[in-house]
Amino acid sequence: MIIQAIVFLPLIGALVAGLLGRTIGHRPSEFITTGLLLIAAVLSWIVFIPVAFGDGLVGAVGDGHAAVVKVEVMRWIQVGDMDLRWILRVDTLTAIMLVVVNTVSALVHLYSIGYMEEDPHRSRFFAYLSLFTFAMLMLVTADNFLQMFFGWEGVGLASYLLIGFWYTKPSATAAAMKAFIVNRVGDFGFALGIFGAFLVLGHIDFDGAFHAADEFAATGLPVIQFLSWQLDAMTVICLLLFMGAMGKSAQFLLHTWLPDAMEGPTPVSALIHAATMVTAGVFMVARLSPLFETSPIALTVVIVIGAITAFFAATVGLVQNDIKRVIAYSTCSQLGYMFVALGVGAYSAGIFHLFTHAFFKALLFLGAGSVIHAMHHEQDMRNMGGLRKKIPITYAMMMIGTLALTGVGIPGTNFGFAGFFSKDAIIESAYAFGGNVGSLAFWLLVVAALFTSFYSWRLVHLTFHGTPREAAHGHDDHAHDDHADHGHHGSAHDNAHESPNVMLVPLYVLAVGAVLAGVVFYGMFFHDVEHIEHFFAGSIYVDHQIIEDAHHVPTWVKWSATIAMIIGFVAAWYMYIRRPDVPGRLAATNPGLYQFLLNKWYFDELYNTIFVKPALWIGNAVWKGFDDWLVDGKIAEGLGRRVQNVTSWVVKLQSGYLYHYAFAMLIGIAALLTWAIAAGGLI
Amino acid sequence: MGLEIGLGHYLTVAAILFTLGVFGIFINRKNIIVILMSVELILLAVNLNLVAFSAHLNDLQGQVFALMILTVAAAEAAIGLAILVIFYRNRGTIAVEDVNMMKG
Amino acid sequence: MTLPLFFFYVFSAITVASAFMVISARNPVHAVLFLILAFVNAAGLFMLAGAEFLALLLIVVYVGAVAVLFLFVVMMIDVDFAELKSGLLSYAPIGMVVGAILFLELLLVAGSFVIAPDVVGAGGLPIDATMDNTRALGLVLYTRYVFLFQGAAAVLLVAMIGAIVLTLRHRTGIKRQSTASQLGRKPSETVRNVKVKSGQGL
Repeated sequence: MIIQAIVFLPLIGALVAGLLGRTIGHRPSEFITTGLLLIAAVLSWIVFIPVAFGDGLVGAVGDGHAAVVKVEVMRWIQVGDMDLRWILRVDTLTAIMLVVVNTVSALVHLYSIGYMEEDPHRSRFFAYLSLFTFAMLMLVTADNFLQMFFGWEGVGLASYLLIGFWYTKPSATAAAMKAFIVNRVGDFGFALGIFGAFLVLGHIDFDGAFHAADEFAATGLPVIQFLSWQLDAMTVICLLLFMGAMGKSAQFLLHTWLPDAMEGPTPVSALIHAATMVTAGVFMVARLSPLFETSPIALTVVIVIGAITAFFAATVGLVQNDIKRVIAYSTCSQLGYMFVALGVGAYSAGIFHLFTHAFFKALLFLGAGSVIHAMHHEQDMRNMGGLRKKIPITYAMMMIGTLALTGVGIPGTNFGFAGFFSKDAIIESAYAFGGNVGSLAFWLLVVAALFTSFYSWRLVHLTFHGTPREAAHGHDDHAHDDHADHGHHGSAHDNAHESPNVMLVPLYVLAVGAVLAGVVFYGMFFHDVEHIEHFFAGSIYVDHQIIEDAHHVPTWVKWSATIAMIIGFVAAWYMYIRRPDVPGRLAATNPGLYQFLLNKWYFDELYNTIFVKPALWIGNAVWKGFDDWLVDGKIAEGLGRRVQNVTSWVVKLQSGYLYHYAFAMLIGIAALLTWAIAAGGLI
Repeated sequence: MGLEIGLGHYLTVAAILFTLGVFGIFINRKNIIVILMSVELILLAVNLNLVAFSAHLNDLQGQVFALMILTVAAAEAAIGLAILVIFYRNRGTIAVEDVNMMKG
Repeated sequence: MTLPLFFFYVFSAITVASAFMVISARNPVHAVLFLILAFVNAAGLFMLAGAEFLALLLIVVYVGAVAVLFLFVVMMIDVDFAELKSGLLSYAPIGMVVGAILFLELLLVAGSFVIAPDVVGAGGLPIDATMDNTRALGLVLYTRYVFLFQGAAAVLLVAMIGAIVLTLRHRTGIKRQSTASQLGRKPSETVRNVKVKSGQGL
């Protein structure tokens, strides 16, 4: 019952706020959705705490593979041999996700009460938030591919609705469409992957699929014949599934939607585009780890894509000026870390980072939201500065978030912020994986860690330290293109005010998580293999070797991330506090590099050239040439005109004289008779 | 031509009557009364055929059919003449030449 | 030449001749009279074929009702029929062509037709030679063809109602006798007693 409650309470909230919001008013809608989400969050912790600190999942049935609780909601689809049931599957992995999703969601709901205070469509906003939460819960409690796909598309829909929440803003609707369409690309692969899994494995439920995959390990892997190629079936399936993950988790090549998604309200960014939805890809790969383990090639691709994303997003983050975009690229980068962890086989490390990241990234986003709120919807960091004294609590919270994100801690001890444990675990795992791929990933991640530290501290310095800059545009005059509302330039700084408590309380809670999530849960996720196996109870694949190796990497590797972090911090301090003129000169001396980074490696322009423009051209050609000219002009209207021509001629036959009709009949009779006789062979 | 009245005799007479009816429609195109009479002639020709076949095949069905045609012909004549009367009453003439309101 | 054949030729000759006169007569009254003649002779032909009931029906219905109706209408309507005859022959050529085609084809059929063997007696209503024609027709009309018969009755009913509806009109300004109001008269409304002094008058 508790599991049904966790899953369906947000749905009830969404339905109430969405359908009855106008009737019951905004305030009750807010309270209902937030209240239900808080209940769901508490229930999630009730489920999770025995898993983490007690004997394991309450009511779990070990079916040889995993300790899992399955709650059947209903029979869903029966087609031929396929008997699909809608089952809520809860095991350790799901329990972790339940906690992450519901906690962050509840806090974001709470925060939104303050943040969205002046919005005239608040009940719709809360309905979307709750709908998103429900869809995400459907995704994480999925027991089969189809359920997962349902949740997958559900979160995509909710994301679309929320990014485009301010639908009167053209850039917001464009961003929403972009998110949706880019995700379509990934989802196409995901759907193909599901089809392939069903085709090759013969099962659409996870347990069946995993069993089938296990059996392939003994009997040899199947192949798929595609055109003239013999392809390893499992590799194909995993790569297709990973394509879905790339779209949803904004990995390199399919990442372009995530920064634009920052057009949505900031709480949305915190919930969907930092803590939960974008981690769906990570969750999915972890959930399907038994499948991915059958394909080393797919895992290598996961590592490479993850590492490139981590590095790429960090470089772009270095020069962005929009406070939310910096954090968005940071999210992108951190997701890359998670995928590297998954790829090297340290699934628990990846999930660990997902877990800690949810806290500190949501904290950062909500803190940024608080800054934006204080600055009256000013998002450009060049117009901020010196906010430390104006909004001290937000400043403190952002500091905690930054410390956690950059991974501050002392290697070799149990002292550090959340990000320290999880990020170091990933970097060590990458090193332990070894080989070319491992080394590449390791170095990219270390550099990314340096960059992470730099841009995080740059954000803090630009926003909170120094002197107020107001409209004086900082170190570049590049026209800032993509956010609309600069209504409050002049006196934003003077009027800056601390946010209300309803917004600060979520920050406190998340700050606690950002500080403690690492140190408390390190044991379960990464410390030693027995503990991990006990904790996860078979819900993900645990590679003993890689974790053992990760614990025995050289000391310099253990320190590498910390050193990178310190270098980044020092560089940021030097460039933005000590010598604020340096960034401008650097940009001026390396204009190519600077523009390259500022324009996000020109990915949008590239995609515009190779996808959007040809598509537009084809669409135009088909519209003008095919539809307009041929179908409309020649076939539809042309036929109509021909009919008009013929009828205007035929209509002359209708003389209106009775005897003409009589004559016609008689001539017709004569003709018919002639025909009949001729057919009879008489003439 | 034999000494018995054959089917062919009747059919020939009927054909002549039918043709006269058709021809009557063509040459009396202005006079709707004669057109109606011509139609009656055509129907008579048809009835003659039916009766002749009935006799030839020794089958009563032909006569039943002829009876029905007779009924319909009578009804048609009655309605046609009624229309004619009101047409005349409205227009003061029965010349169908003036009637072309159905012109397309 | 046998007697029936002789009568056949007489009847058919008169029928054809009168039919020709129907379509060619200048005076429509004459045309109607020729139509009557054609029908009477056609009735003779029916009689020769053994369809006695139909023959008499033709005389009763056509001659007695339809043709008289035609006559009635022709005489009632005051039309300059001579005017209607003008341009008589302008469509004659095409009428000739169509008529000739039809006639030749019909003759072709009449001269060369073959009755399929399985058609003979296929209707299942053989004429009983011992029973007179009217009785035989009545027996099938009220049993086997009762619905057809009812349908024919409905057609006639509709035709009758239709004809009445079409031609009925209420003219204003015509004095009609109202029996009800005549019977409903009261002395008090219509009679006035007046005392007249002698020698003065009113």
